[in-house]
Order: sequence, then C-alpha cells, then structure tokens
Amino acid sequence: MATPTSKEILAGLLRQDPRAIGRAISAVENNSASAADILSALDQEAIERILVLGITGPPGAGKSTLTSTIIRALRKEKKRVGIIAVDPSSPISGGAILGDRIRMMDHALDTDVVVRSMATRGRLGGLCASAGAAVRIMAAAGCETIIIETVGVGQSEMDIIRLADITLMILAPGFGDDIQAMKAGLLEVADFLVVNKSDLPGADALCMDMEQVFRDKQEKDGIHRVLQTVASENQGIDHLLAAIKALASHLEASGIKAERRHKAMDAETMDWVMELLRPQFIQAMTDKPGRQDPRIRAKELIHEFSTIQHDE
Amino acid sequence: MAEQEQKNPYRVLIGKPGLDGHDRGAKFIARALRDEGFEVIYTGIRRTAAEIAATAIQEDVNAVGLSSLSGAHLRLFPEVISELRMRGGEDIPVLGGGVIPVEDIQELLEAGLSAIFTSGTPAKDIICSFTEACRKHADGDTDQ
Ligand SMILES: Nc1nc2c(ncn2[C@@H]2O[C@H](COP(=O)(O)OP(=O)(O)OP(=O)(O)O)[C@@H](O)[C@H]2O)c(=O)[nH]1
Ligand SMILES: [Mg+2]
Repeated sequence: MATPTSKEILAGLLRQDPRAIGRAISAVENNSASAADILSALDQEAIERILVLGITGPPGAGKSTLTSTIIRALRKEKKRVGIIAVDPSSPISGGAILGDRIRMMDHALDTDVVVRSMATRGRLGGLCASAGAAVRIMAAAGCETIIIETVGVGQSEMDIIRLADITLMILAPGFGDDIQAMKAGLLEVADFLVVNKSDLPGADALCMDMEQVFRDKQEKDGIHRVLQTVASENQGIDHLLAAIKALASHLEASGIKAERRHKAMDAETMDWVMELLRPQFIQAMTDKPGRQDPRIRAKELIHEFSTIQHDE
Repeated sequence: MAEQEQKNPYRVLIGKPGLDGHDRGAKFIARALRDEGFEVIYTGIRRTAAEIAATAIQEDVNAVGLSSLSGAHLRLFPEVISELRMRGGEDIPVLGGGVIPVEDIQELLEAGLSAIFTSGTPAKDIICSFTEACRKHADGDTDQ
C-alpha cells in the first residue's frame, strides 16, 4: 500500500478514521517528514475546547483499570475519548512492553475510544513532544476528553503530566515506600489524590494521611481532592468524575486552565528545541572530539553553532 | 539494539485470539521481542479477531503476532487477516505460532500468514521473522 500523503492523513483525521489517527501519531513519534505538515494544519479551536486528564502513580496502583472505568463513564455521556498510555522503554534494548491496553480491551471495538500506547524511547523531552502532538491529533480527530496514563515514580516520568489540565495521582494501600518518596512532590503535581483499591485494608488510613496533605487545597475551593475508588468494581467513579468536572469548570472560569496551557506549550517548545538541535550537536561532537570540561565544551559548541547559523 | 539498526523501533502487536487461557508462550515472545528492541503492544488473552485487528490499526503496528494453543488456529488466524482487511489494514503482516500441526502450516501460509511457528521453532528464528516482516512493512511506508 502506498504511503498516504499528509493531505490524505489530514482528511482522514477529519473523518475520524482510526488508520489516519494511528499514522499521524507515528509520523510525529518518528519525527518523519510529514509531521510538520500534519501538525501545522490541525484545528486549534478543537484543541482549546478539550479536557486533558493526566493519570499517574506507582506501578500496579490501578491506573489502567481506573482509566477504563472513566472511559466507560464518559462513553455513557456519549463523549469521544482519547487515551495515551505511556510505558518506559528498556534502557538496554530500547524496546518496550506496552501492556496498559490489556485493561482497556472492553472498549476495543468502540470507535469513539481512541487508544495509543507509547514508549518513552529513552528521551523524555522527545516523549513529551510526541505525546503533546498525539493529544492535538486526537483532539483534531474529535476526541473531547483525552487521558494520559504514565507511571509516576521518577520525577522525570511525571514531567509528561504537565501536558494535562488536571492530574490525578493514583495510590493504593501497600505502596508505603513509593508514597513516602512521592509525598513531597505530590502537591505540586496532583490536583486529585485517588486512593484506589479501597477494598483492601489500609485504605482509610492512607486517605486520612492524604487529607492532611491536601487540606489547604481542598479548603480553598471546596472541591474534594482526596477520593476513594475500587476501580476493579467500578466503585467511586461517579464521585470522582463529578469532582473532576467541578474543578474543570473552576479552572476554566478562573483562567488557570489557559495559564497552564501556556506554560505547557512553552515547555513543549523547549523540548522541541532540544530535540531538533540534538542531532546537530551529536554530529559536532563526533566531528570534533574534545577532552575539555563538558560545560566549557558545550559553550564552545553552542558558540560555534550560532556563528555558523549567523553566517548562513 | 542487537537486531534493529533502524532509527525508530518497530511496533508489533502480540495477541491471543480464542478461548484458551495460557499466555506463557505469548508473553515469552513479547519479552524476547522487547529485548531485541521492539515495542510490543500486548492485548492479553481471549481476544476476538475483530478486537485484535482494531487494536492493531489504532496502534499503527508494523506486524501482528498471534498465539493459539486451542487448536482453532485454522479459523482464528485467517479471521484476523480478514478483519484487518475490512479495516484498511491489509498491508499489516500477520505471523502465527503455538500448538500447530505441521500439516496445517501450508494452509495457513496460503491464507495469507507471513510466517508460522511451532513449539519447536527457536526464539532466534521467530525474532528474525518479525524483523523481516517489520522491515518490509516499514520500507513500504516511507514515513518510517
Ligand atoms: N483489589 C483491587 N484490585 C484492583 C483495583 N483496581 C485495580 N486492581 C488490580 O490491580 C492490578 C494492577 O492494575 P492496573 O490497572 O494494571 O495498574 P496500573 O497502575 O495501570 O499498572 P502499570 O501500568 O503496570 O503501572 C490488576 O490486577 C487489577 O485488577 C481495585 O480497586 N481493587
Ligand atoms: Mg497501566
């Protein structure tokens, strides 16, 4: 089959054709020639209207299961949903097993649930850049709510969450060490703290602990920030969704959503700067091996680079 | 990245159509492919041919690998191919493995499968076949 042109892909996105959506995301993920044409032609208004939810938390907390129940609830409201499920690439082989889909297969034949699994491919900036593009492609293809699932243990993996308008941190009883490690950064990243697996012992204690952490945020706008769910039994989802909606309208009305989007766009632009410059600098380093202090060498490389640019 | 020298990792889907609940083989292959630098989307057990095909399209994979131990491969494997075709994914190669009698191999290849593995096929050969199938698919697609 001949490769479709970017024009054909764009027409496919408007038709909400799954093949075109998949190809468009691959094009940006692979940094291929057609990526720029596709991205620059996307409908900006569609992007501004959508809600992007970030779901993060330690491995096995129930993020994918919860995502699946949120999809179900949104589908009852006839909303078209997009999901970007991110898993780490193996640093050794560069490969990855992308297994989040297993929990979402109930929706496999629903054409209004668009799922894309992505690997980090060892370059976090690059991942944020391609995940950001995937969000915009899904928006252009009619998705109204987009969920980004990512494992959040390392601070760096959480970076991708800044693409989200609202972030849910998923915890579960029995993740003591992970939770202690994350506690400090929790407030900055998470809008909601979801205690999943509330059918297991220890959930109430974890909840009370988290209520303390989130008390100030909660008092400020009266929106419940710590919520309990049993994702595997579809429990607590209505409450969670109601709270998300309340916060979404608050963020919209107060201009905070717009502000967050601006910041995210700036950060994403910076990622692209790094991503696009990287090959040239790698080339420059290979061409001119050096043994100086890396910081000094970096400054020299940048200096050389900018004079070349100037001469051109 | 031993096998893969191209710039972007190949994406493959490993699926288990049919009713048998043993996915040790499928998981083994998924891990072996990951270790050779593939990005492997795993769909879990007991999927229908339609679910597997729809997922492969959404995920824009270079190849689909199917595992069957239930003896229903003669029906299930070609069904995935026709479901892919219905969804505009006729270019995506399908490879199959599991408990498959030698006398069924020819029929499956004629039905459009790109390669068939039996329980005796070494992992190295399986990975070679996936690499080959993905390379061919990616080459036909100048976007890769
Ligand atoms: N008891 C109980 N188990 C749950 C609940 N939600 C999910 N699980 C189980 O927890 C396990 C992990 O669930 P996932 O949804 O895959 O977790 P995840 O956070 O997406 O995992 P990774 O993507 O691997 O980080 C599965 O076996 C689920 O069935 C719950 O509310 N209660
Ligand atoms: Mg998951």
